[in-house]
Amino acid sequence: MTVYLKREDLNHTGSHKINNVLGQALLTKRMGKRRVIAETGAGQHGVATATACALFGLDCVVFMGAVDVKRQELNVFRMRLMGAEVIPVTSGSATLKDAVNEALRDWVASVESTHYCIGSVVGPHPFPYLVREFQRVIGDEAREQMRAEVGIDPDAVIACVGGGSNAMGTFAGFVDTEARLIGVEAGGLGLASGQHGASIARGVPGVLHGARSMYLQDEHGQILEAHSISAGLDYPGVGPEHAALAESGRAEYVYAEDGTALYGLELLSQTEGIIPALESAHAIGWLARDGGRTIPHGSTVLVTLSGRGDKDAPQVAELLKDRYPMPQLP
Amino acid sequence: MSLNTTPPASPRSAGLEATLRDRRDAGTKLLVPYVTGGLDGWVQCAQACEAAGADAIEIGIPFSDPVMDGPVIQEASVRALNLGATPDSILSELTTADLSIPVVVMTYANIAMHSGANRFAEKLATAGVSGAILPDLPLDEGEPWFRAADANGVETVLLGAPNSTDERLAQICERSRGFVYGVSLLGVTGERDELAASAHEIGGRLMALTDVPVLLGVGVSTPDQARLAARSANGVIVGSALVRRILDGGGPEAVESFVGDLRHALDG
Repeated sequence: MTVYLKREDLNHTGSHKINNVLGQALLTKRMGKRRVIAETGAGQHGVATATACALFGLDCVVFMGAVDVKRQELNVFRMRLMGAEVIPVTSGSATLKDAVNEALRDWVASVESTHYCIGSVVGPHPFPYLVREFQRVIGDEAREQMRAEVGIDPDAVIACVGGGSNAMGTFAGFVDTEARLIGVEAGGLGLASGQHGASIARGVPGVLHGARSMYLQDEHGQILEAHSISAGLDYPGVGPEHAALAESGRAEYVYAEDGTALYGLELLSQTEGIIPALESAHAIGWLARDGGRTIPHGSTVLVTLSGRGDKDAPQVAELLKDRYPMPQLP
Repeated sequence: MSLNTTPPASPRSAGLEATLRDRRDAGTKLLVPYVTGGLDGWVQCAQACEAAGADAIEIGIPFSDPVMDGPVIQEASVRALNLGATPDSILSELTTADLSIPVVVMTYANIAMHSGANRFAEKLATAGVSGAILPDLPLDEGEPWFRAADANGVETVLLGAPNSTDERLAQICERSRGFVYGVSLLGVTGERDELAASAHEIGGRLMALTDVPVLLGVGVSTPDQARLAARSANGVIVGSALVRRILDGGGPEAVESFVGDLRHALDG
């Protein structure tokens, strides 16, 4: 198996999020609005939004679950440094879905002056479409680069899926090829535990944040809290276009548990010298552990590396401290 | 969609719109209080609303992610869900309530869709509910629900906002049953210090477009605000200000007293 990485981790601000944000910031200017709000999970979208707002001279407010504020301190600082206001959200599970709720509540009141720069292929129309089009540069570039370097389209294209923007941007470039499209959801502590973010594997159709898609719900239709080791995949739904691709069978959705993601993170760090974000590590870990079962020997595979792992270093260092202890000082 | 096989139970009253039209035409300014279902003592609070002169009552079925709601209704929703409230438990308790005014259920689209539109509409009808408000179901996506609700005799109330175009408001008025819910300001539910100027504007625009009763809600918090709002519409919906009193432990007495004050202000 030959694996190629689409290196979105090398983008300014460290992930694919900047692709979408620059597009939406230009739209904000075009609409004559002065203020931008955003939600963020891991903080990558918040940092990208704060960056674009600093560049374009826009006011920026980022809603972030209080749990995520704690586990992504570095990104909170980066946003603050670039002039953004970060509002911790304590309602509900205090993670990404609640940050989206709070951003929508702000926007209902501020829509005349404010653009809601949504960070994934979720939310009401036209956001899933808009964000996919701003992210399709990932897939379009990768396709061109694969043809230039390898001369063929890949046999399989793999990306992690939370809301699903890096995956949708990647898939957009290959949906009209023969390539298998594989999205890797957050398996958390295992699907049987109920502590996961696998909305396609375990969700049912529903309506949340203005879109009909697949969501984790209880038997009464209340949205459940997702769980993932990575804040960016800690969302109990997926973008509606992923639900459509799953239903039509054009894309397949698998999952990687927290441990598999950590394995992927270590593997890529030690074999390539690339420390991936925990989100992207789900795709790497799944491919390394389970990919061989369905992807034939000799295949050419493209994996989107959606972000770099610096933001996760403190969390991972704590989780793996027994394996990588600090050297004893003399 | 499966055909409705069980005939809907007869509603408590002549129906939401018929009742509100009658009262409006008799010169009454309409008062529709909102109570979150599933809170401790919510049925008694609903009955207290009727006793104090409400013309209809809105019962909230709590949803985990109430994006249209401000802090008070959010807290009420969390509290009710933590007490074990479910759509079925609330509808079941509602059948035991001693209410003769029409009941309108307010919830979010996912709660209705989760049962299946027809099944949920049947459940509402069986519980004697006259109307439904699903604020996150846009007109353009509503047809499956509208058909299910119509078939079961459930009147779907639509909302018109200050930033809706005249064309859009006309479509909303055309499809709204029971009443038209005029959103008095751009924002989520919750108490405000003053009635927004936009309340009069949206009230006036809706009144010019339709003969269906027009009620203003969101940010109508005091008897004085209710009186002012009712100058530009047929009546008001009061939610957060009432639910706050219930959350503060006021119980049916506080509800009856507050709704009585609202009634008095509207009648005065």
